[in-house]
Amino acid sequence: MQLQEALQELITKMADDELVIGHRNSEWTGLGPVMEEDIAFSSMAQDKIGHALALYRILQEHFGGSDPDQFAFLRNAEDFRCCHFVEMPIGSYDFSLMRHFLFDHAETVRYQALAQSKYAPFQHLAGKVKGELKYHTLHADAWIIQLCTAGKESRERMQAALDTSFQLAGGIFEPGPAEELLIAEEIYPGEAALYTQWLGHISPVMEKAGLVLPELTAPVYGGRTGKHTPHLQQLLNEMGEVFRLDPEATW
Amino acid sequence: MNDSLDPRVNRLRLDKNDGSFKVEEGENWNVFEVFHQEKRGAHHEHVGCVHAPDANLALIFAKEQFGRRKKCVNLWVVRSADILAFDLEDEDMFANNPDKTYRDASGFKVMEKINKFKAHTK
Repeated sequence: MQLQEALQELITKMADDELVIGHRNSEWTGLGPVMEEDIAFSSMAQDKIGHALALYRILQEHFGGSDPDQFAFLRNAEDFRCCHFVEMPIGSYDFSLMRHFLFDHAETVRYQALAQSKYAPFQHLAGKVKGELKYHTLHADAWIIQLCTAGKESRERMQAALDTSFQLAGGIFEPGPAEELLIAEEIYPGEAALYTQWLGHISPVMEKAGLVLPELTAPVYGGRTGKHTPHLQQLLNEMGEVFRLDPEATW
Repeated sequence: MNDSLDPRVNRLRLDKNDGSFKVEEGENWNVFEVFHQEKRGAHHEHVGCVHAPDANLALIFAKEQFGRRKKCVNLWVVRSADILAFDLEDEDMFANNPDKTYRDASGFKVMEKINKFKAHTK
């Protein structure tokens, strides 16, 4: 696989993760547990979609890709490269918060690595999203600790949410077909290295929260090769419903 | 008694007739006043309030509630209950203020000097 192709693959899976989790989290808008949290969670969902847009723009400008809106709204599930974790329905708030916590720390270690990338657009984007991600993880950490120390029922539900999420979260780090090339070219350190760094980020928070970290025995792979759960197509149908009425319309 | 839509209210068990109920720590959220700082060194201005279980989450909520638009470099939150204020009926302490115009800074004829300076530098 050529470097260009490998880069394109990496950017697409990152962007698809951001778009799909951004859309999922936005499903809480108006339904959040309290108004303050509703606003914060919706804002962060918008940030994710902003990150997706920035990445789709890189594809458009540097790889001759299509218009970001068309690319986001007109593809079908099998063309998406997101992991299964982000496409799962929002469930209860405990699951959505746990996903937010696990995903955003994964995103943070990824962008921290990309800040040193030899690929300039990554460096630039990493600088841009740094402050946003700092807030996202601050928010997630505070909630995880708050809910895990708020009594028995609360702690049990958070532990259950973690147990449900963990193998799925492992799918974020599904290795790509050209890892070695990207590592050799110092584009990024590869999924295995990011996974280790991620554990280093989430472990202290989990310890403080009294959560038991499960073992990663069966990470849920498949998303990076276009194999998805039925939830993704359903999400895409809904997300693109208005756009597909008139794909040429200017908004 | 009907259950409330708010689980925090249901957990208080207000239907118990012995008149006792216990509010667990963090169960009933506090109100925090939010102060917004537009640039470093500028004073913080009161912009509103948020509900939160503690100061830490209040600051996190305040960031999106009051710091997501326009320029902001920092925020303060303080528990509303920690603010000491005069009683409403003590407003009479300030009643004669409008009469004491000799305390107004507007007494100084500084505009003349400013206008003169402006005319001079044109």
